[in-house]
Amino acid sequence: MAGILVYAEVRNGAVRKASLEAVSEAARLTKELGGSVSAVLVGAAPANAGEVLGKAGASEVIALAGPKFTQYSGDGYAAAIHKVAAQMQPTAIFVASTPQGKDLAPQVAVLTHAGVASDCVGFTVAGGKLLAKRPVYAGKATLTVKAAESLLVATLRPNVFAQTDAGAPVAVTTREAGEVSLRAVVKEVLAAVANKLDVTEAPVVVSGGRGMKGPEHWGLLEALATAFGNAAVGASRAVVDAGWRPHDEQVGQTGKTVSPTLYIACGISGAIQHLAGMSSSRVIVAINKDPEAPIFKVADYGIVGDVFEVLPVLTEEVRRLRAAS
Amino acid sequence: MDVAVCVKRVPSTDTRVKVGASGTSIDPTGVQYELNPFDEFAVEEALRVKEKTGGGTVTVICLGPGDAQKELRNELARGADKAVLLKDDQLEARDAYSIARALADQIQKLNVRVVMMGKQAVDRDNGHVGSMVAAMLGYACVTEVVKMEIQGDTARCEREIEGGAREVVEAQLPAVFTAQKGLNEPRYVKLPGIMAAKKKPLEEVAAPAVAPKLTVVEMSLPPARQAGRFMGKGKEAVPELLRRLREESKVL
Ligand SMILES: Cc1cc2nc3c(=O)[nH]c(=O)nc-3n(C[C@H](O)[C@H](O)[C@H](O)COP(=O)(O)OP(=O)(O)OC[C@H]3O[C@@H](n4cnc5c(N)ncnc54)[C@H](O)[C@@H]3O)c2cc1C
Ligand SMILES: Nc1ncnc2c1ncn2[C@@H]1O[C@H](COP(=O)(O)O)[C@@H](O)[C@H]1O
Repeated sequence: MAGILVYAEVRNGAVRKASLEAVSEAARLTKELGGSVSAVLVGAAPANAGEVLGKAGASEVIALAGPKFTQYSGDGYAAAIHKVAAQMQPTAIFVASTPQGKDLAPQVAVLTHAGVASDCVGFTVAGGKLLAKRPVYAGKATLTVKAAESLLVATLRPNVFAQTDAGAPVAVTTREAGEVSLRAVVKEVLAAVANKLDVTEAPVVVSGGRGMKGPEHWGLLEALATAFGNAAVGASRAVVDAGWRPHDEQVGQTGKTVSPTLYIACGISGAIQHLAGMSSSRVIVAINKDPEAPIFKVADYGIVGDVFEVLPVLTEEVRRLRAAS
Repeated sequence: MDVAVCVKRVPSTDTRVKVGASGTSIDPTGVQYELNPFDEFAVEEALRVKEKTGGGTVTVICLGPGDAQKELRNELARGADKAVLLKDDQLEARDAYSIARALADQIQKLNVRVVMMGKQAVDRDNGHVGSMVAAMLGYACVTEVVKMEIQGDTARCEREIEGGAREVVEAQLPAVFTAQKGLNEPRYVKLPGIMAAKKKPLEEVAAPAVAPKLTVVEMSLPPARQAGRFMGKGKEAVPELLRRLREESKVL
């Protein structure tokens, strides 16, 4: 059977939004490629799994059950998914490009003798074949790739593909995964110190650089993020290397690639490695006291000024605007 | 404990990418190469595993062109014991699978319990070679590790997931670990290390040919960003900025 197999990632008892986006994109593509979308999840299915996955476009939802599948295991999950794939012979396997998906997809690919197109941002169909677009060099270039043989495994960047809900709920079929060995297993999840929004997931990112002068001034950025309501706080590498901020907040070529609706760079010069990680943001605002700073070359809007003067005013105005709307 | 560590040579991160004549990879003219930044963390961790377990051999492996001897020599200077260059002047023609297959064959010969890699090579940004090698060899795999400890035949690792939370992963050796920034602070190369490196073994063998599983159709550059629709000065510019964000860009 042709069609697309989508791995549905479950976290905190719910199918992840990024997986629903992957199902939606798969459903769009099968209209051209033929076949249908099957979603597969491992372990206990959330109560609404058939509903949300069906609405996103899956015509089948399979839950792979096994006594060992209470926690994620890359090799264990890959082996279980491989069994389904071997039976189904899909033209593509889609996985959301999350920390778990990135760990899992290459292991599935090896078992199914396929290559992986990583962190895809777009798909087209040409001559009956799936073409995947993916950023390389942290977004400085884009590659279009296709499977050399028949099967393409792809990971899909979250927040890029539209989630649709035109489909109909389906029933979840539970299958025994059978015997798989588990070589690496998650033992526990340590909660974040503060439950913060990830820079890769937030629609608004407020980032600070060395121009913020010290970690004690991060409250200014946090206040602006809070005023927006849906913002995460990011950082340049200079700031992370100085130990002002944890490295999971670093944006750039050796940090995270972000593409929020709005990116606000505060006291960041705009080195090429930083630009690589944020240039695909929809709108970029830069606040920097140096009018010659390279960040202004990519910014849609710029304010030449001192962050310590501009930020409090900006925060106050954003707060006022949001309260009024 | 014997450890293998895989390192890649990549265009330096300040490279301005241009598309080459083939239309499928970058124009190498004037490009400077350096060690993939994440691989420095991998090498450092390999050295620490060896030191903590009271000895062994750290073998650093690179699949790449003859020039990559330079990067390997540098890692020998940092403290690795021996190096293997799987020589291939057509590295751009390989995908992650084809690289992983060649590395896996080499690693198997070394018979190590711990394999270190970087979480991602910052050229193609795949982030696959580590998990692929693990799957090919039937080893355990832990990716994007920020903390690891080995006790006997078990490794206890921490890896970052969304929003600053961490997963604790337990892996049975042999295993492949991919290093994320934050795992350690790589040590510097010192002069005695550079002297010692000259005498350390660096073996060069032809990399086995492996057909890629992905075909590159095209490499393109993103449209250049339109700079500066509005530039204001100081805090007085805030109302105009917000008006434009709301009315022109509609992001508020
Ligand atoms: C291998 C490698 C990988 C790298 N990866 C990354 C990466 O992933 N991400 C990344 O960000 N960088 C990365 N870098 C580092 C990059 O080259 C720059 O060094 C870094 O981005 C600079 O950070 P910055 O803009 O905060 O600091 P600076 O370059 O020092 O800029 C500070 C800016 O603040 C402005 N400023 C100062 N005071 C004020 C004020 N009061 N009000 C307003 N503006 C003010 C200044 O005009 C200046 O433009 C990498 C480098 C290398 C070599
Ligand atoms: N050509 C290569 N030679 C040696 N190691 C490599 C090579 N390519 C990738 N690796 C290793 O695999 C990691 C991930 O690479 P990638 O999957 O290409 O992003 C790198 O950080 C290296 O540790």
